[in-house]
Amino acid sequence: MTVLVDRRTRVVVQGITGREGRFHTRLMLEYGTRVVAGVTPGKGGETVHGVPVYDTVEEAVKMHDAEASIVFVPAPAAADAVYEAIDAGLRLIVVITEHIPVQETMLFIDYARRKGTVIIGPNTPGIIAPGKTKIGIMPGDVFAPGHVAVLSRSGTLTYEVAAAMTREGIGQSIVIGVGGDPVVGLTLAEAMEMLEKDSETQALVLIGEIGGDMEERAARMIREGLFTKPVVAYIAGKTAPPGKRMGHAGAIISMGSGSYGEKVEALRAAGVQLAQTPYDIPKLLAKTL
Amino acid sequence: MRLFEYESKKILSELGVPIPRGVIVRRGENIAERIREAGLQPPLVVKSQVLVGGRGRAGGILFASSIDGAVDAAKKLFETPIHGLSPHHILVEEALEHKLELYLAIALDRAARRPVLLASREGGVEVEEVAKRRPEAIIRAVIDPWLGLRGYVARRVGLSLGLRGRLLRGFEAIALALYRAWKMLDAELVEINPLAVVGDQLVALDAKVIVDDNALNRHPGLGDRGLSVTGEYTEFETRAQKLGLPLVELGREGVAVVGNGAGLTMATMDLVYERGGQPSVFLDIGGGASADRVRAALALLASHTKSRSILMNVFGGITRCDEVAQGIVLALHELDLGKPLVVRLAGTKESEGRRILAEAGVEVYNDPVEAVDRAIELAGKRRIR
Repeated sequence: MTVLVDRRTRVVVQGITGREGRFHTRLMLEYGTRVVAGVTPGKGGETVHGVPVYDTVEEAVKMHDAEASIVFVPAPAAADAVYEAIDAGLRLIVVITEHIPVQETMLFIDYARRKGTVIIGPNTPGIIAPGKTKIGIMPGDVFAPGHVAVLSRSGTLTYEVAAAMTREGIGQSIVIGVGGDPVVGLTLAEAMEMLEKDSETQALVLIGEIGGDMEERAARMIREGLFTKPVVAYIAGKTAPPGKRMGHAGAIISMGSGSYGEKVEALRAAGVQLAQTPYDIPKLLAKTL
Repeated sequence: MRLFEYESKKILSELGVPIPRGVIVRRGENIAERIREAGLQPPLVVKSQVLVGGRGRAGGILFASSIDGAVDAAKKLFETPIHGLSPHHILVEEALEHKLELYLAIALDRAARRPVLLASREGGVEVEEVAKRRPEAIIRAVIDPWLGLRGYVARRVGLSLGLRGRLLRGFEAIALALYRAWKMLDAELVEINPLAVVGDQLVALDAKVIVDDNALNRHPGLGDRGLSVTGEYTEFETRAQKLGLPLVELGREGVAVVGNGAGLTMATMDLVYERGGQPSVFLDIGGGASADRVRAALALLASHTKSRSILMNVFGGITRCDEVAQGIVLALHELDLGKPLVVRLAGTKESEGRRILAEAGVEVYNDPVEAVDRAIELAGKRRIR
């Protein structure tokens, strides 16, 4: 079984002619991702690394039968790009863009849910099925195929953990950055529902951080027996002062909730193994597997 | 970005929310005259305008039975920093005799991914405390963002707060105004606490608005204000903000932690602590940082007296190690950092980055734990366990 993507997934790059779009299109192609088209309004007819560019997502989908898109469109126009992709009938949209106002995000996520489209992000490094496909901006060479899924709220920590796992010979079945914003499309719990059914996934690594209650919800799922595979977790922000925003809008202890202690407590109570540092994760996994 | 109480009240008042009569005074003004001009009648309440919670308990709110008393109180507040922040403005208001103190807010429900109306009969205290102690005392109504807050939903909440008659209709109007403000300002939170029953009217005695930082470009007036007045951030944090660098001072002397991405930077900060050191600063250079941004970050940290060493932990994804390395080299050429720098690089364009730094004579660490230990050692100060 495959979770959300496989090597056949046909991908459109929205914002392909921008600096990041261009650069990561090349890296995705090198990884083996089937990037079939790009979209930049006004640049239809050009090509980027051999990939044809269209003015609209609708055209790109019609010509290339695409199923997924990755959005590199800058924040002010990003919501528009997402709505366009939803309306073009894509089933998966990966929103790399950061700094989208949260009220905008809230609305397009709601719209996507009603249309049956899965949104990953915003402010995500994307999704990678190692050895198969990568719809994201993560450095492909630190990942290796295997049987441990990784779900993460942080981009760079994902690379760090995957690299440490790969070094220890522990490969990954699927790695999803759910995004660092206060409101994201695919949540940890929703992704875990998919992973519970995935025959390729034998264990799970959760990388969380202070802010919100996604980790607590994941813990509840485990406690209630809705996710039964072994889980190792790490939570960033143990020493973060309350009320201070740590870099992005999602990482803040506010309204008295979302603290490190609460998250760790909830996960521990659910029987999850907690790593003290991201670099301890492979050790804990080796014991688990 | 948090707005000051007086700014929040002004916005809500323009949307029809009753607020006490008041006047804002600045340092050096003739306070007595300002109060008389505004026609305020004692008793008065004098409130320090600083952007921290628990202002009342910290002595930032004083009562006065006369105008002279209010002048003395204001003068005292100008000289009283609250949690290290000194007020630029003092709000003087008529103190209203009231019966009940309610709580009312529109917030973002992260889990529901929708706005939520929060209300309670236990206003006047910090809502976090109520939420912990008696969660059932807080009424929650999740709002469909496409529908917005409808009058009937607001009335239902008002009824369960025990409001009837004129108070119920007043509550409905205020709740709808609050939701309008939330939408209009791209807010994360719009809060009235307390919302007091004064006779047969509801009045906002205090108000708080937090605007989404990512939407500040849609509200240029607010953005300008945020950078010109210190209130929420330390002076050094404000300097970082002006450069567009998310930086948090951690209040201690020790290792300045620089990373790319909030998660990795936080994890590095935690690791410094875990290994017996003290993080002095959290600085996230963000995704796709250019050489110039890295240079700016280092230049800023050069002037941070509490940072004894700088630890840069970068795992490139959208960020490219060669860009980061070029930024480091630029900074080292242009300025005297005045403190040791420890670099750990991995990920996208790692080998180019390493080559650039090697040519410049900068040592690069592979193992993040080794890099952390080295930075702690160079900071010359271990935390006393």
